[in-house]
Amino acid sequence: MAEVTKVAVESLDTLEEKLTQELGYDDHFHEHHHGDKYQSNFLTTYIFSTDHKIIGRQFLITGIFWALMGALMSLVFRLQLGFPEADLAWLKPILGKWIQVNDAGIGKLDPEFYYALVTIHGTVLVFFVLTAGLSGTFSNILIPLQVGARDMASPLLNSFSYWFFFLASVVMFLSLFLSTGPFSGGWTAYPPLSALPQASEGSGAGMTMWIVAMALFIVSALLGGINYITTVLNLRTKGMNLWRMPLTIWAFFITAIIGVLSFPVLLSGVLLLMFDRSMGTSFYLSEIVVGGQILDRIGGSPILYQHLFWFLGHPEVYIIILPAMGIVSEVLSVHARKPIFGYRAMVLSMLAIAFLSFIVWAHHMFMAGVNPFISNFFVVFTLIIAVPSAVKVFNWISTVYGSNFRFNSASLFALGFVSLFISGGLTGIFLGNSAIDVQLHDTYFVVAHFHIVMGVAAFFGMFAGIYHWFPKMFGRFMNETLGKIHFWGTMIGAYAVFWPMHYTGMAGVPRRYYDGGASFDAFRHFTELNQFITVAAIIVFFLQVIFVVNFFYSIFNGRKVTTKNPWGANTLEWTTPINPGHGNWPGKIPAVHRWPYDYSKNGEEFVPQYVPLRAGEHDHGH
Amino acid sequence: MTALLIILCVILVGIVLVQIARIVELISQIKGEREVMRESSWWNAHLSLVFLVVFLAGVFLSSYYYRNELLGYGPHKAASAHGSDIDSMFNVTLFFTGLVFIITHIALFWFAYKYRWREDRKASFIAHDTRLEVIWTAVPAVVMTLLVVRGLDAWNTIMADVDPNEDYFEIEAVGQQFNWIIRYPGPDGKLGSRDFRLTTALNQVGQDFRDPKNWDDIIVAQECYLPVNKKIRVRIIAKDVLHNFYLPQFRVKMDAVPGMPTYFVFTPTKTTAEYRNELRKYPEYHKPYDPADPQGPKRWEKFEYELACAELCGKGHYSMRRIFRVVPQEEFDAWYRQQESYYLTQIRGKEEDPNKGKVLDIDPPAKDTLSPTPATLSKI
Repeated sequence: MAEVTKVAVESLDTLEEKLTQELGYDDHFHEHHHGDKYQSNFLTTYIFSTDHKIIGRQFLITGIFWALMGALMSLVFRLQLGFPEADLAWLKPILGKWIQVNDAGIGKLDPEFYYALVTIHGTVLVFFVLTAGLSGTFSNILIPLQVGARDMASPLLNSFSYWFFFLASVVMFLSLFLSTGPFSGGWTAYPPLSALPQASEGSGAGMTMWIVAMALFIVSALLGGINYITTVLNLRTKGMNLWRMPLTIWAFFITAIIGVLSFPVLLSGVLLLMFDRSMGTSFYLSEIVVGGQILDRIGGSPILYQHLFWFLGHPEVYIIILPAMGIVSEVLSVHARKPIFGYRAMVLSMLAIAFLSFIVWAHHMFMAGVNPFISNFFVVFTLIIAVPSAVKVFNWISTVYGSNFRFNSASLFALGFVSLFISGGLTGIFLGNSAIDVQLHDTYFVVAHFHIVMGVAAFFGMFAGIYHWFPKMFGRFMNETLGKIHFWGTMIGAYAVFWPMHYTGMAGVPRRYYDGGASFDAFRHFTELNQFITVAAIIVFFLQVIFVVNFFYSIFNGRKVTTKNPWGANTLEWTTPINPGHGNWPGKIPAVHRWPYDYSKNGEEFVPQYVPLRAGEHDHGH
Repeated sequence: MTALLIILCVILVGIVLVQIARIVELISQIKGEREVMRESSWWNAHLSLVFLVVFLAGVFLSSYYYRNELLGYGPHKAASAHGSDIDSMFNVTLFFTGLVFIITHIALFWFAYKYRWREDRKASFIAHDTRLEVIWTAVPAVVMTLLVVRGLDAWNTIMADVDPNEDYFEIEAVGQQFNWIIRYPGPDGKLGSRDFRLTTALNQVGQDFRDPKNWDDIIVAQECYLPVNKKIRVRIIAKDVLHNFYLPQFRVKMDAVPGMPTYFVFTPTKTTAEYRNELRKYPEYHKPYDPADPQGPKRWEKFEYELACAELCGKGHYSMRRIFRVVPQEEFDAWYRQQESYYLTQIRGKEEDPNKGKVLDIDPPAKDTLSPTPATLSKI
């Protein structure tokens, strides 16, 4: 778009400077920050930086590392599921004793390690990639830029937030090398399995390190969340009232509130688990005989842990999907050259989803042995969530209607997100209805549901965000051809991987079966389907490698951004210099006079937020 | 060697892709941005349309191909009384969600195609439409209400516990790493009490043998039989970690929790033989059961109801298989009479027996004497 409206853009830049000079907010930034002592050398600039833009990129790159790790793990267990007869001896140099080579020289994956891979895959993708890598990255980069702030409310706590995440990553990574293996009891870590080292090898040192890593991660999430909330509430620029905030900011703000309210509950849950493991308490344990040994633990309840876990665990899926929703709303609107349809409905539906997310947690526990009467309430609240979700979907589709839709990697991923959110969201209506859940609970239907709706969809939101804001992050564009190959390949490939799992789930195949159900007559006839899924997963993995290559190649060699506002967007991040320094705006911070979605209004393709309302013009945010 | 070649090929393809991408970018700089935008929008808009068609066709064709795997269709009809409620709930939900799925997907990709970027097009400024928004909030709300009402009706019927006065048969399933211990109540029809502290290698589920109700209890080592059309209440518990009592054909699933007994009540409506006859109608069940033995029995002939574990319980989670065989009442009675009391065959007189030295009225009469035992005497 750079040259498309070159003349217009140049005059717009002049206009922006003029307006900022006249109306902008002057916090005397220059007088306070002579010489920039905070970013004087490589270490303080790129490693221990307190600049939100660097911290955001640190979250992103750490997230990409974990995404690749998680994907590789999934390939190993997909090989086991798709090709159980295959010789995996070639993995022995990497996996060591977890590949057992028999007398015939055929290498087999150890079941214990299969479960460890499944567990760590789930944990790192949910928490390290789709929470830290998605919300951490974009909240950090976009909140100060889009609300018009110099940085986060507390840049120091913000940098601690990253470094606690980094520590959590290190601990989790090291746990992969334990002789007893990493934790292997599923990402939900239900006791008593997770509490009893006698019950599973992975519940020994692996689980201790898992708990430590999770505790560090929760600290990181809380430090980040408090900062995001404070920044949004206190550091908005002149004129940026709540109803003028872009939907990205609304999404990050609501996400942070959910996180701050729910993560401490998980922390308390895992701390009690730690007491049960190491101090002989019985919060979750009662009447247990394991390996012939009668334990003197009475009075606890494993269900209590499930309540504490899912009180975070369910809001957690919204912590993952809401930022993606915000990003998609913004990206769709910018590239549709059209206001987001139903801005207020979008905000209200996010608030409704956030509120409801706290009163639906036990829909993960219909079959856990809780009183069936209680489940009635959780069914009602769960299915109510379908209403705000439907509103959002209809609004996205209406945004595309009547647009002038620019197809590029960012907008394609936003479109793909809507498709995946529909497909995966609809299967939630089956699972949320407890009667149907009797059959589908813990089958591959659930695996298909959550991978599509919060796994792949959230990834698509993340990709849309990366392609869209890459110019802001690195001053260069990502390669569009590779981006489109990445999109179409992943769109088809992701459906090829997860759609067939609906069928195996309906046939009743339980999840987390090392042999994919081969020892059961009812489950064993999906050999070809499992092979198909595995092959599709391998192809999708290589498409992600293309993305990673494109990402790092473009950081250094991508096409350079030549104008401040390459997409013709309205939000404030595009008023900063192409490579914004510490403090984001060199002079005054622009003041805001309108909502961020004035696209194609009164014959103008876009009207940025810093442009004052014309005589008689109505601000649509209000 | 092949692995190395494959890796080499992948790397080469990657390099080629990156080079093509670089060339395309160079060309696009020569063409100018407007031309690139026009081309990109044209191509991707049409690809969206192609994707829409291929995706929907794929969904329909694969559903058709796997129609016999779908819940409630063909061979996957429930074999229990409450199961058909679940199947019909599933299908009602499938109808509504299927409709929404098709309409929204067509709208999404069709609009993206139709309103693709063109130089002369102006997007319309439509910020919201209150009437439309009210409609599409209200319609899902009404549909959800329908689903919730029907769903909860089914749920509360399914989960209702037995009435102590009604006729039912209770068994117990105890999950442990990595198998199920199934206990039947014996002739008295009552399961004896348990205490986990009494568990030994022999007394696997910690039965309290001071309780006479335990004396006739049976622990089934082989296939478990159930009478057809009889209400079964399964008392479910675990010894060590969480397990889940899962009988897919009966639509039965409930966690087994250490220290907290749970239950599931269901009525099998099809005997194993009847279910086999159902399967016989489907050609895929005419394939040999064991692919290595093409002349051997066919899949439908070997069908059994299988009990599985559906809650991750450790490295043997996938292998907790047990067979349940549903038979007519008479056949069940015959089988049941053959089963022997676990107490009498395994425990009586051993260290675990709290009644050691005492004479019980269930003891078989001693062979060398015909005189009545003190216990039977006292009864007289």
